[in-house]
Amino acid sequence: MAKAPKTINDLLNHVVSSRDQLKNIREIILANLVMMGEIPAPTFEEEPRIRFFLDRFTEAGLDSISTDEFGNGFGFIRGSKGEKNILVAAHTDTVFNHTIDHTVRVESEQIFVPVIADNSLGCAVVASIPQILEQLGIQLKNNILLMGITRSLGRGDLAGIRFFLKNSKVPVDYGLFVEGAQLGRLSYSSMGMLRGEITCNIPREYDWTLFESSGAITILNEVITKMMAIPLPTKPRTTITYGSVNAGNSYNSVPTNGSLHFEIRSEQAGMVGELQNRIHEIADEVSSNTQAEVKLEVVARRRPGGIDFSHPLTKTARKIQESLGVTPKIQPSVGELSALIDKEIPGITIGITTASQMHSQNEHIAITPIFSGLAQLVGILQAMDGGFCDE
Amino acid sequence: MEAFAMSKKKKTWLETNTFHHSEFWNILHLIEEKEKQGLKISLCIPTLNEEKTIGKEIIIFKSELMNRYPLLDEIAVIDSGSKDKTLEVAASFGADTYLSADILPSHGFKPGKGENLWKAIHQLNGDIIVYVDADIKNIHPRFVYGLVAPLIYHKKIQYVKAFYDRPLAFSQGIRPSGGGRVTEILIRPLFAMFYPELTGIIQPLSGEYAVRREVLQELPFPIGYGVETSHILDVYHKWGMGAFGQTDLDQRIHRNQTTISLGKMSFGILQSFFNRLQKYGSIDKLPELNQIYKHFQAQDRDYQLIEHTIKEEERPPMSSIPEYRKKFGLDKK
Repeated sequence: MAKAPKTINDLLNHVVSSRDQLKNIREIILANLVMMGEIPAPTFEEEPRIRFFLDRFTEAGLDSISTDEFGNGFGFIRGSKGEKNILVAAHTDTVFNHTIDHTVRVESEQIFVPVIADNSLGCAVVASIPQILEQLGIQLKNNILLMGITRSLGRGDLAGIRFFLKNSKVPVDYGLFVEGAQLGRLSYSSMGMLRGEITCNIPREYDWTLFESSGAITILNEVITKMMAIPLPTKPRTTITYGSVNAGNSYNSVPTNGSLHFEIRSEQAGMVGELQNRIHEIADEVSSNTQAEVKLEVVARRRPGGIDFSHPLTKTARKIQESLGVTPKIQPSVGELSALIDKEIPGITIGITTASQMHSQNEHIAITPIFSGLAQLVGILQAMDGGFCDE
Repeated sequence: MEAFAMSKKKKTWLETNTFHHSEFWNILHLIEEKEKQGLKISLCIPTLNEEKTIGKEIIIFKSELMNRYPLLDEIAVIDSGSKDKTLEVAASFGADTYLSADILPSHGFKPGKGENLWKAIHQLNGDIIVYVDADIKNIHPRFVYGLVAPLIYHKKIQYVKAFYDRPLAFSQGIRPSGGGRVTEILIRPLFAMFYPELTGIIQPLSGEYAVRREVLQELPFPIGYGVETSHILDVYHKWGMGAFGQTDLDQRIHRNQTTISLGKMSFGILQSFFNRLQKYGSIDKLPELNQIYKHFQAQDRDYQLIEHTIKEEERPPMSSIPEYRKKFGLDKK
């Protein structure tokens, strides 16, 4: 067994040397990635991926291998003292469904398959952690709870991680969330965020002689025009992203319904709520003007928060990344970290490698940087375990 | 009455020598048994321009069947001279890579998959060699352990073929079953006519099989399309039906071949088949077999007859090659 690092410099030296050692288990990591990557897992249908996690945990001889009511999968690595619990987790759900070809293509330096970066690689890494620690001869003092998270994306709205944090009998002292990309990512805070859907339905008895009565598309256009006229502060940064519009299906028939998906993000507490109220008023106003039914539904919401830039966890994580020649990219999260932040548990989200064309059918990742990403992960785990991240 | 007796016999072989890969899920037990018998197992992947699929196959087999579970003793890619990065990709993930032309150079090089399979017998060291094609999109460890396990657990079985519910890969997803057209249109009718017992082999043309060295070294190898068919006839004549096993490996997703390609393939197989019929005295005297395959190509009203020369050359049993006898000490035995 390798000796636990006593100083931060010991730890940084160990991190750099572990990067080369981890190349010895390259095929194990990549095989997990290939197998995980070929399992489609749209939100609410993650069960086959969770089963893969559990099989790997069983093969590695982990304790307390189980699932919960929301289908989250768990495996427990007991520490020598077991005083604290470190959660290491990846969301298993993805944005593509079974109709998309999930056949992995491996080249010498790159691997191609949809959703490989978000988040097949994160899942493969969490499933490989027992072999990673074994390869490096690391026995931690504290317990590690490995978790495959369900129901994170879209309408899942972080239900899986929230259920776990609300109901778990295992208190979590630190959280480390693993995303496939991008290497250097360091998320330690959560942005205020709201995802909304505005629907427009024109009733059957609609009076088509009314002024501007030309269907759902023009009504949604009016909503968008009014939303774009809302002044947004540049500091603290606040944005509205218009993600998708759906309406109509021909050249010459007037659509009677349509929808708009959008996302608000803001670093300012309270701003998301203010914008929600403003958009609600716009929906009511347009509805009243056009006699169409225009409604706002909030699909997902995050509160802003998190640990500080100067917190020992973020400072140590940055040092570890820099020791590997990786430039930290600070990026607020709207993912699982938000649920941890809501519970005031310190945690971060990191990326493992570089990825291109994310969320397209040509999504691909680079192989070589994976080992820097893994060394970084192990270093952060050791730092959490060794007390280097405690306030 | 005779027909009844025959079908009863076939059913018995089907019952005892047909397996499903899931019967062999306990790989640790399989490895224990392998070690008890002191066996070495080699995987041979014959290739020609397979850069898109070879990397994944090597990663899966190396991780699962060498690093995690040491069932395989070597993984070798034997290449016919790829113009793409097949060998570079395979080597980068830790496979032993060979150019077929570099093995037994004094015996020359003949382009064809059978050549690679034949030369693997000399190059590799396993007591069992398992051959797996490189174009499998849904590769999984079962493609190896499902074929090797019957040889480890059943000493009388010498030659294990894979069979599948063969889906063909299309751009619009996967069409369930419908593969094995040459088997159903050509091979099965021929077997039914001349070797009814062999119709029990569900996919005689599958490119995945595991064989004991003692058997492989005694088999002649057509270097082209006829290698699988002639193996089956040769093993049947020399070792009998009981030497065969077959394993259901579920689905195999692979490239679809054009009908013209299948026509050429069938032409090559027929050459090997008729040669065997004559060799084993099943028919009296064949005329000289034509080696030119012809098919039509039409553009508007212009019809062209396209000709391909398909000559099923054959390599002799490896045990007749002096270099092989020396390497494996056959003369001392």
